[in-house]
Amino acid sequence: MSDLLTAEALAAGYGPVPVLHGVDLTVAPGTIAAVIGANGAGKTTLLRTLSGMLRPTAGRILLDGRDLRGTPVEQLVRRGVAHVPEGRGVIGELTVEENLRLGALWRRDRADGVRALDEVYQLFEPLARRRRHLGHQLSGGERQMLALGRALVSRPRLLLLDEPSLGLAPRVVAQTMALLRQLRDDTGLTVLLVEQNVRSALAVADQGIVMSLGRVALAAPADRLRDDADLRHAYLGF
Amino acid sequence: MDRFLFLTLDGLSRGAVYAAFALALVLIWRAGRIVNFAQGAMAVAAAYVAYSVTAATGSYWLGFVAALVAGLLLGAVVDVAVMRLVDHRSPLNPVIVALGLVLLIHAVLGMVYGNEYLPAQTPFSRTALTVGGLAVLSPYDLFVFATVGVVGAALVWIFTRTAIGLRMRAAAFAPEVSRLLGVNVSGMLTLGWALASGVGALAGMLVIPTELGLHPHAMDLVFVSAFTAAVVGGLDSPPGAVVGGLGVGLLLSYVSGYAGGDLIPLAVLALLLAVLLLRPGGLFAPVTARRV
Amino acid sequence: MSATRAAAPARRTAAESPRTGRTVPTLLRHLAVAAVAGVVVLAISYQLDSFRNFQLATVAAYLCATAGLTVLTGLCGQLSLGHGALMATGAYTVALCQNAFADRGVTAGGVLVLSLATAVLATVAVGAVVGVAAARLRGPYLAGLTLAVAVVVPALTVTFDGVFNGEQGLAVPVAPAPAALGFYFPYERWQLWVVTAATLLCLVLLANLVRSRYGRAFRAVRDDEVAARLAGIHVARTQVIAFVVSAGSAGLGGALLAMLAQSVSPGAFGLTLSLFLLMAVVIGGLGRLAGAVWGAVLLVALPDLTHTLTDLFTLSPAAAQRLEGNLPLAIFGGTLIVVMIAAPGGVQGLLSRLAGSLRVRWRRRRS
Repeated sequence: MSDLLTAEALAAGYGPVPVLHGVDLTVAPGTIAAVIGANGAGKTTLLRTLSGMLRPTAGRILLDGRDLRGTPVEQLVRRGVAHVPEGRGVIGELTVEENLRLGALWRRDRADGVRALDEVYQLFEPLARRRRHLGHQLSGGERQMLALGRALVSRPRLLLLDEPSLGLAPRVVAQTMALLRQLRDDTGLTVLLVEQNVRSALAVADQGIVMSLGRVALAAPADRLRDDADLRHAYLGF
Repeated sequence: MDRFLFLTLDGLSRGAVYAAFALALVLIWRAGRIVNFAQGAMAVAAAYVAYSVTAATGSYWLGFVAALVAGLLLGAVVDVAVMRLVDHRSPLNPVIVALGLVLLIHAVLGMVYGNEYLPAQTPFSRTALTVGGLAVLSPYDLFVFATVGVVGAALVWIFTRTAIGLRMRAAAFAPEVSRLLGVNVSGMLTLGWALASGVGALAGMLVIPTELGLHPHAMDLVFVSAFTAAVVGGLDSPPGAVVGGLGVGLLLSYVSGYAGGDLIPLAVLALLLAVLLLRPGGLFAPVTARRV
Repeated sequence: MSATRAAAPARRTAAESPRTGRTVPTLLRHLAVAAVAGVVVLAISYQLDSFRNFQLATVAAYLCATAGLTVLTGLCGQLSLGHGALMATGAYTVALCQNAFADRGVTAGGVLVLSLATAVLATVAVGAVVGVAAARLRGPYLAGLTLAVAVVVPALTVTFDGVFNGEQGLAVPVAPAPAALGFYFPYERWQLWVVTAATLLCLVLLANLVRSRYGRAFRAVRDDEVAARLAGIHVARTQVIAFVVSAGSAGLGGALLAMLAQSVSPGAFGLTLSLFLLMAVVIGGLGRLAGAVWGAVLLVALPDLTHTLTDLFTLSPAAAQRLEGNLPLAIFGGTLIVVMIAAPGGVQGLLSRLAGSLRVRWRRRRS
């Protein structure tokens, strides 16, 4: 089976400061890949580069084997990529419903957009109850749902998630992870998530990608990383 | 009492125009964190287009439509050709560039049309109708109210009910996230400029005939008054701009009615100074004044 | 919020960096430069005809205003669109004072000094009022307030036409050149001398201020208000001082202009003048007093240049008049936009960069 997402010798940075020094990774369709690593390893930068918010200085990104170079950020959602950015990106000045509608705006088929919205409301009950509330009135868990829901409204094939567990109660984190697994199994969604919370990330992931100082230090099946104590010690320090 | 009623209605009519103009300022401020100091000059340019079209065709309404189209186009052009290229890291830069535009537009208008006052037509009479012996509103005042009302309602509809309005708001509040969601943010900004400039052109068309006439500097004081209105309402608040505009219109009408029209500029300055010193965030915002 | 960081890159010029082994005190050095400049102008004034002398004097008068605005906008990071109005304040004060003296039969040349001083004081007072308000405001709010000042103040001359004589304006009676210079001494040369003396005095004071702890406070406030406050600088007070100083300079400039033209009218001090001044300092290069010189030269040279330009074409008198009145505005506006987009450092910034790269090349060649 060909890979959904491939990065080859990807380099990127902010201005003159390089952060990524040649990252290679592949994500197979219908799998969850967890990018883990210490603070400053370049995880968020990697995600921002993959979704086109940062222009790579070298290397290339392939989606379905097609080079993404020259594809503007705005077009990526049409290619089936959804990115839930750091801090989740819920627009506080808009209502829950408006936030969700934004996720469906790019498609021509209006009826399908309405259907997608309904599906998300079914998936996240609390959002349906608060659809007229403004984004900044939501709790942390509700924002998480809204951010995920908004990404799902666009019916993505690839979901990029930046630190979904940040600032959330363990119970909510567990729910989120379970949901990701469910989506993978039911709809064949591919997920690339960046996490500090190594344990919960590896618990759902199929593949673990350990980043260190702007490079991929190790890419291995998640269960090997989970179970092989030597490997864990060497790369994750616990 | 009759006089008070007349001045009140006159002030509201004047204020409706200020409200529209202030609304245009607020639109761009919300979209791109720029106060468009060139808006007065842009509106005058659109009014000159109307003047030419009306002179050529003999129809006020063709000129009116031409002004709106010119306003929309000018706004888009200014954004794409000028503002987008400016380094926005310092808030001074867009202001200075807008002032450069003011000079440029004034100069071009002066070269083409001359620096004399040209007569500006009104589609309806400006003589006040009398109801039961009381002079109230002129047909032109009614036209002003209707036009500003329609434009205000249209803006509300666009921003709250349409997909493009949702995109524009999202692009203004969270540009990065909006791009990730497939919103063409720079396109939305251009659209915002076009809309604002169109509304500004409309306000110019409405106000210029009630002043001395068409002149490159015809909107200078109107701009200051509308800026004051926008500040009174808080630069971020469209309803505030409307309330501020009506308030400024009333105040200026009373000042000119009871104390003399010469004092209008001074009254505007005093009001702006007072608002900026007492409630710099506008009447609709919590006080965030810096202490001296 | 630092307002001008991009507009005026905090590049350290030679004058700002602490020089090691400096022996001459700053004041003496500035006085020496001023003395040299004075002698040069004196020498030049004998070479030029009356009209050029007058133009040079006008440059000097504008220089007061542009230098003041450079201190405010370039060094302290506050935008003012109202300096034309401040110049008007100075100009009208001089007119009123000179008229008052003339009415009382005092025609000695020395009273001009008194009038000029009064003009500066009056403008300082107005500047203090605006400055206190300005110190509480940021970005577009400050720009809007000063814009209102620029639009409204000239209109006041019509509101109170009993004092200011409306659109007509006032005459400014000025004593002739001293008899000791001889009967045939060109009056414009005398004007140039007087204006140059006043301008040099103003510049020396400004230059010293810029090098003093106040100047350092200005730059600190411009670059980072929070950091400046943490360093113990009273931000608002610093900004008020900058505004007052700048206003005083603009007032002197306006007063000198009135003295040169021997009349004042609101038309000369409208919004356009305020914008011109800002354009001049931006194009000249914010953040450096040298940039103010370029700006002042530009203010006088550009209209002159367009005059020459329009003379090249045969135009109907009406068209020529339109073009002449508006072409400088168009060039100024257009240049300003281009400069802000392409070279935010202005003319002086370009020169510094050029000089810098030449120096590097020179060193490379030697090594």
